[in-house]
Amino acid sequence: MIKLTINGKLTELNVSEEMPLLWALRDVAKLTGSKYGCGKGICGACTVHIDGQAMRSCITPMSYAMDKNITTIEGLSEKGDHPVQQAWLDHHVAQCGYCQTGQIMSASALLARNNNPSDEDIDNAMAGNICRCGTYPRIRAAIKDAAKASNKASGESA
Amino acid sequence: MIKKLSRRKFLQGTGLASGTLMLGVQFSPALANPASKLEFKPDVFVSMDETGQVTIISHRSEMGQGIRSTLPLLVADELEADWNRVTVKQALGDAKYGSQNTDGSRSVRKNYQKLKEAGAIMRTMLQQAAAQVWSVDPAQVQIENHQATYQDQNLDFKDLVKIASKLEVPARDSLRLKTEAEQKYVGKPNMANIDGQAIVTGTAEFGYDVDIEGMKVAVIARPPVVFGKVKSYDAVEALKVPGVLKVIELPTLKPPAGFNMLGGLAVIAEHTWAAIQGREKLKIEWDHGSNASYSTADHEAVFIKALEDPKEVVRARGDVAAANQAAAKTLTAEYHVAGLAHATMEPPAATARVTGSGADKMVEVWACTQTPQASQGNVVGTLSIPQENAANVKINVTLLGGGFGRKSKPDFVAEAAYLANETNLPIKVLWTREDEIKHGYYHSPSYQKLTGSLDENNQVTSWYHAMVNHPISSTFNPAAKTAGSTDLGQGDMMFDVPNIKIALGETDTFMRIGWVRSVTNINNVFAAASFVDELAHAAGQEPKAFLLNMIGDDRVEDFAADGFKYGNYGESAEQYPAETSRLKNVIELAAEKSGWGEKLPEGSGMGIAAWRSFLTYIAVVVKVTTDGNQVKIEDVHMAVDAGKILNPDRVKSQMEGSAIFGASLAFYGEITAKEGIIEQGNFDDYQMSRINQIPDIHTHIVTSDALPTGVGEPGLPPFAPALCNAIFAANGKRHRRLPMKDLRLV
Repeated sequence: MIKLTINGKLTELNVSEEMPLLWALRDVAKLTGSKYGCGKGICGACTVHIDGQAMRSCITPMSYAMDKNITTIEGLSEKGDHPVQQAWLDHHVAQCGYCQTGQIMSASALLARNNNPSDEDIDNAMAGNICRCGTYPRIRAAIKDAAKASNKASGESA
Repeated sequence: MIKKLSRRKFLQGTGLASGTLMLGVQFSPALANPASKLEFKPDVFVSMDETGQVTIISHRSEMGQGIRSTLPLLVADELEADWNRVTVKQALGDAKYGSQNTDGSRSVRKNYQKLKEAGAIMRTMLQQAAAQVWSVDPAQVQIENHQATYQDQNLDFKDLVKIASKLEVPARDSLRLKTEAEQKYVGKPNMANIDGQAIVTGTAEFGYDVDIEGMKVAVIARPPVVFGKVKSYDAVEALKVPGVLKVIELPTLKPPAGFNMLGGLAVIAEHTWAAIQGREKLKIEWDHGSNASYSTADHEAVFIKALEDPKEVVRARGDVAAANQAAAKTLTAEYHVAGLAHATMEPPAATARVTGSGADKMVEVWACTQTPQASQGNVVGTLSIPQENAANVKINVTLLGGGFGRKSKPDFVAEAAYLANETNLPIKVLWTREDEIKHGYYHSPSYQKLTGSLDENNQVTSWYHAMVNHPISSTFNPAAKTAGSTDLGQGDMMFDVPNIKIALGETDTFMRIGWVRSVTNINNVFAAASFVDELAHAAGQEPKAFLLNMIGDDRVEDFAADGFKYGNYGESAEQYPAETSRLKNVIELAAEKSGWGEKLPEGSGMGIAAWRSFLTYIAVVVKVTTDGNQVKIEDVHMAVDAGKILNPDRVKSQMEGSAIFGASLAFYGEITAKEGIIEQGNFDDYQMSRINQIPDIHTHIVTSDALPTGVGEPGLPPFAPALCNAIFAANGKRHRRLPMKDLRLV
């Protein structure tokens, strides 16, 4: 049994320490929002947050994820209205949608540490996420909008 | 733009309805007898329940082109349905819907009329029902936004559904279809993706995500060479992996490959990780078979020899040889495009469950397939189910994580059905990335030779275009040695040249070849549109003006006059003529919007290319900056004439996607075989363009009343030649081989 916190919930999973977090999430915890794309950490479809950092779950063994806080797309926001999710809808970013959960997890981790990313910051944070359909220009635009929306929201609450 | 029914209107509607018999249905759906639950279904594509909720069938597969959001708009718009009261339901594979084969960029054009009619049928019947209630002429009843109105009286659709369901279904030719001005959803910007919320929250279900009761996962070790087989194997270590249940040998594949299983050994496990680990532990001795003689590098000489001596002339006009003799200048160039894999982000995946036996055997499949009916046929064949029991095979279509033609070849569906049948377990077959890259239906490597002549006035007097590749037809007929058709980017050229020869070379094939987004347009248009640019420079002329001059006067291209049996993508030339005016128009539009002709700094350049493919006219202008071997794409403008536009935002997204797909293949796309084995295996050695390499892409849509055509593929062919023409304009270097491995996209 491996203990970890998934989307705020303490969870025990009966899996080996070598199993990549991706397959534990998908096949055992039944959270299929994190996607398989390459199994080598080079396409970003499996991106989740581990203690707040965007990481590739397909190459992260359970031994590393143990006792950590994991956030998957299913737990990014309670109502599916995280500013990044909202911006994705506003810009009609998705085509097939398969890579988009990974894209959103990378983008939300970027905005959590940098609320006003430059084009270069966006490139650096997002270049690890492949989109075969070709949604990159909309991803860039959506991230900028999400940053504005987050700043506005935090300004209002301050 | 989609209005919610206001509370005031809602109350008005129900208030008026209170005088009718429909009241009970409205307010007490829970009290209704479930057995008598009404379904008003005047057409296979649309139905309505007692609450007025409309269900529209999406019979085509969604793979990112937006078809699940676009085709239902047609029905809902004609019906005057409130989009908030519409549910879109994905169809099972069933011939009653007509073709469901989602490829060839034809979902819109093949369904435009019949889906408009489906909506109009229901609207007309609701109108008649309201007329009956109010005892007036149907023509006096207005139908708008889920309501019927006569003078100051309103009835919601839900109040009419019962009466309407008893009326006779009107004949299709009696229907009044809405005019463009009356349309509310069709052609409007910013129509939402119906799966958008599910996608951004991770709840959208793709083929990879299917989970059914008792399901096990299978990962397959397939023969590394097509038509190879397992000679011997040892599964002892594989079976020791915790979670691995069984190892099953699949039947050996015999030619033709078709959509049949490749064979090999399947590892069945409790979960994916165990199956992958188990596969790694298998010890297999393969008999690679005769295709092990094939290496891409060695076959180049065969291709080039075949290119010099093409056996099949498909289009001919005048006398090319005589024209070349008489020419002031003759130019020859050879082009090569490497083999390509689909690389859908979601690799193939299918889940199958088999129950019963004999004539009662039922198979249910859930798969990311572009073609549920062919999948059904494939399962019927694989399990030797009698044709009369074909309906016992039920194909559920999930969302597709990309398709590009790969998922119209349901070999993976056959694998799931075979293994479920053998094991009596529900089985999900998952392809890993390596499986997808190494066992594909590839876009063939191709070689093309072009010759063109110029007279003293720099008019093009001859055009010769020969091409040789491994033909797709070989996948279905191993004896096929040529593509058989030059319809895609070769014979279909629309240049006004007095002497033309279009020819095909012959070669054998040693792997599975299939259609990849835009098919041989990829290589043919790369060669042809690059060569136009080469001729322009040879003539010392401005490339855009030269291109327009080559296309010539406004006319409908008469391919038959050259003895060319042009298929026109399966449509008649009367309905979808090849019009030079439309091709020239998109060229002018792309040029104008891109600032074509402006003075650029040293090292920068713009390139243009245009083609009509899939009945859609597209011109692309690419602007690049080069620095040594580095290329930066600065700007992309795409002008598209696809006739009437249903969902402009999805047209734009397809143009953006085509440009980015084009950038990937131009700089990275190369599949090679060595001794029959594909050398690439993942995104490290089969790379994709990334966000830092891609600029904003501007799409300019022509307003047109012509019949609607498709947009999934035609944006791709002109991209690579426009890019290469831009690189030439920037630094004087001509690139005739894709991918451009000596360059670095930054």
